[in-house]
Amino acid sequence: MNFDYLDQLEAEAIYIMREVAGQFERPALLFSGGKDSITLVRLAQKAFAPGKIPFPLVHVDTGHNFVEATDYRDMLAEKTGSKLIVRYVEDTIKAKGLEEPTGKNASRNWLQTFTLLDTIEEFEFDACIGGARRDEEKARAKERIFSFRDEFGQWDPKRQRPELWNLFNGRIHKGENVRVFPISNWTELDVWAYLKREGIELPSIYFAHQRELILRDGRLLNNTPVIESDPEDQIVTRQVRFRTVGDMTCTAAVESSAATIEEVIAEITVSRISERGETRIDDQQTEAAMEDRKKGGYF
Amino acid sequence: MDLLRFITAGSVDDGKSTLIGRLLFDTKNILADQMEAIEKASKTRNAGEIDLALLTDGLRSEREQGITIDVAYKYFQTPNRKFISIDAPGHIQYTRNMVTGASNADLAIILIDARHGVSEQTRRHSLIASMLGIPHVAVAINKMDLVGNSEDVFLKIASDYKELAKKLNIKDLTIIPVSALIGDNIVERSTNMPWYTGETLLSVLENVNVLKDYNSEDGRFSVQYVVRPQTEALHDYRGYAGRVQSGTFKKGDSIKVLPSEFESKIAKIEFGGNEVDQATVLESVTILLEDDIDISRGDTIVSANSAPIVSQDIDALICWMDDKKQLKPGNKYVLQHGTARTRCSVRGIDYQIDISTYEQQDEVDSLKLNDVAKVVLRTAQPIAYDPYQSNRATGAAILIDETSNITVGACMIE
Repeated sequence: MNFDYLDQLEAEAIYIMREVAGQFERPALLFSGGKDSITLVRLAQKAFAPGKIPFPLVHVDTGHNFVEATDYRDMLAEKTGSKLIVRYVEDTIKAKGLEEPTGKNASRNWLQTFTLLDTIEEFEFDACIGGARRDEEKARAKERIFSFRDEFGQWDPKRQRPELWNLFNGRIHKGENVRVFPISNWTELDVWAYLKREGIELPSIYFAHQRELILRDGRLLNNTPVIESDPEDQIVTRQVRFRTVGDMTCTAAVESSAATIEEVIAEITVSRISERGETRIDDQQTEAAMEDRKKGGYF
Repeated sequence: MDLLRFITAGSVDDGKSTLIGRLLFDTKNILADQMEAIEKASKTRNAGEIDLALLTDGLRSEREQGITIDVAYKYFQTPNRKFISIDAPGHIQYTRNMVTGASNADLAIILIDARHGVSEQTRRHSLIASMLGIPHVAVAINKMDLVGNSEDVFLKIASDYKELAKKLNIKDLTIIPVSALIGDNIVERSTNMPWYTGETLLSVLENVNVLKDYNSEDGRFSVQYVVRPQTEALHDYRGYAGRVQSGTFKKGDSIKVLPSEFESKIAKIEFGGNEVDQATVLESVTILLEDDIDISRGDTIVSANSAPIVSQDIDALICWMDDKKQLKPGNKYVLQHGTARTRCSVRGIDYQIDISTYEQQDEVDSLKLNDVAKVVLRTAQPIAYDPYQSNRATGAAILIDETSNITVGACMIE
């Protein structure tokens, strides 16, 4: 039997997608335009073929996203015939009078949580599928595949439900929801190997290109007005690619000449630095940064 | 390349975290920034020695207490295999976490401190591995460097363990003398123990045959979802989406639907919208039948020539997991088995098992957190199952509290 690890991971993720469709009334797939959520969309297509994906794609747009990622999002929704729901952090800021963080490393990343929770309430979503992986970060390594959230969207690491075999318990009361992570057991390399095997096209920013950047504290940030400038910043032009694609204010580029999926895989295979360690400014602040954000309702 | 899921049972004192750290380190799976973060954290806590335990402890409370509370997953690979390491706490008060971690493991590493030999904890962890039907057990007798790398010490502990294993259901057992701290017989063969000619731990992890462990005889398929595109072109399409739990299904196979007992034949099997010849254990596919019969989520499609047991009366070993409420005869729960959910009531507790001494205790009137017992359940709807020890996929079930919705019990049906 030629059923290798990628087939196993794929079969498990498809199983999880179908459990969501079978157990919940109003699920949604949280789509960011990043490679992990692109993988989720492909898995969902395969899970329900020849039918359409039986839930909408939802994007919380910080207004600071890469245009390449949002263009890709619109294209993919159209191609798969999926309903796309976009909600803007900007609108939440205005409607709720939220204070935007200011200063050198200010980011709307945390404010996304408010918009996400409002969106869940607006559409009464009972399950939200996300592309988080356990290999990304140590708090994520402890999270269940079906991760229960209370009516305030909060994760309580001490009150997680035991998750046995492949028997996922999605029973909730009204107003509560479950975050579901079908690719929990995938690594960064697995995602790339899968994208390659499936022949999936990605937003161009994942591949090496010339770009004008801000060099700050040894990191390369996109040179954009949404990042508040600092007197110490240097503006440079480099050949880079993005290893993770999130909000521009908290995602750094890496110098790279990898122009194809094969070259990216070769580069990651020899890289001695983890994905989030290299590119995520939001995780660097304290040892428990992700754990704290998740307790507050973040993905 | 395939995938192996293994659980490591033991406590910090046995050197469990050091062992996992050693495996990751010697297979070059620790990245530079992770190592730097560990070094930084080690300095602030103890007197400078690099603490590989910090790799696996993910939650703030775990780092503060220096113990693993919850199940943690680590991912690494060698040129031969991908591994998912399941790290569960070893203390008795976290039995439910170990049961949870063990439920998906293909192999268990059981750590024994060479200075102490087979302990109460060894007995407990071995029983859980056996009860959860983990097919392969690798016993790592650790800290051999602290007993002078003595062959006699190793042979004595190995013989004690084999005696213990006779009372359990362990299909494949390997016993290895190791030192996680030094790295002896973990990835690299030890030069300190030339008398040991068996495999290293990594070699066992890389070479056990996992696919053989799955039940390949009995076709079982629990229906998750009915695919009905209802478009012009696919007007009559009705596909049953699910994952093959055991056995193999092929086009033309005679099948039976349970619990309804309808019979039909497989018209077509699809994967991702394309027709495939067959589907075997672990594959997520869509099955189309020749006859238009009423099937929905929770039904099981089985090969006509190997029927499971269909019953409302179930004997099961249970591990109780609720820290607030106790299980008592007469209590009602939701039983989730495959994709089926049905109410059930507890008819009685046959006996409780002391997981350290293996002694049975009769006349038990309730179960509290971490208790293991044999119970009798009566379900509202019949369920189609196989005994857990012959089919892990169709013999497993969970109990859910109807009011709190929490998963409160792990059941292994007998």
